[in-house]
Amino acid sequence: MSDLLTTTIGPLALADWLSWFCIVSGSFFAIVGALGIVRLPDVFSRMHGAGIVDTLGIMLILVGLMFQADDVIVVIKLGLILLFIFFTAPTTTFALARAAIHGGVATGPTADELNQAKNKKKKEATSSKT
Amino acid sequence: MTLTMFTVASIAVLVSMALSMIRALVGPTVFDRILAVNVTGTLTVVLIAVYGFLTDRPDFLDIGLLYALINFIGTIAVTKYVKFQDLGHPMDGPDEGDV
Repeated sequence: MSDLLTTTIGPLALADWLSWFCIVSGSFFAIVGALGIVRLPDVFSRMHGAGIVDTLGIMLILVGLMFQADDVIVVIKLGLILLFIFFTAPTTTFALARAAIHGGVATGPTADELNQAKNKKKKEATSSKT
Repeated sequence: MTLTMFTVASIAVLVSMALSMIRALVGPTVFDRILAVNVTGTLTVVLIAVYGFLTDRPDFLDIGLLYALINFIGTIAVTKYVKFQDLGHPMDGPDEGDV
């Protein structure tokens, strides 16, 4: 396994290629999620951005760091951090969403309301045409 | 070569932290602020881990693990306090719960 990871492909070893891939894509998702936190309209949709940062962004960066570890214990510690974030991020989001609903933050329109609004608009468009 | 890899990761993490701190400062409701501070804390864990690799001292991972634990407990405590105005007992009613 470690022989495979140290095989050089082109200018870098395989572990370095994997690290670069994971870290660059993780950085991309972290920045995209943070942009979502800034740009999205209400609390519940901002939680979606936080979810992107917590899962794809951070997990890919940590997996990328795992390929650079010299020691087994470092991989184990990174795996523990990963596992912990994997379980706590949804819990935090759930508690926060429940508190926000309890605290009276207006939830967005439901799918039914959106469909009704869409049908109404369509009906108005056809009636104005005739 | 490995130095630039960790530099890229730390720059990206710092940019994301700055963006989520904007939301923590601006956020209209208290829940926005809690969400943004939670994300900033989670990104701090990664920043600590990346810094450990950057300076070739992987012992920093212990601090990162501890920070993740404290971040989770702090967020749950603040959320519960905002929701129930109390850390000990939940409010009466149908919405009772521990979280």
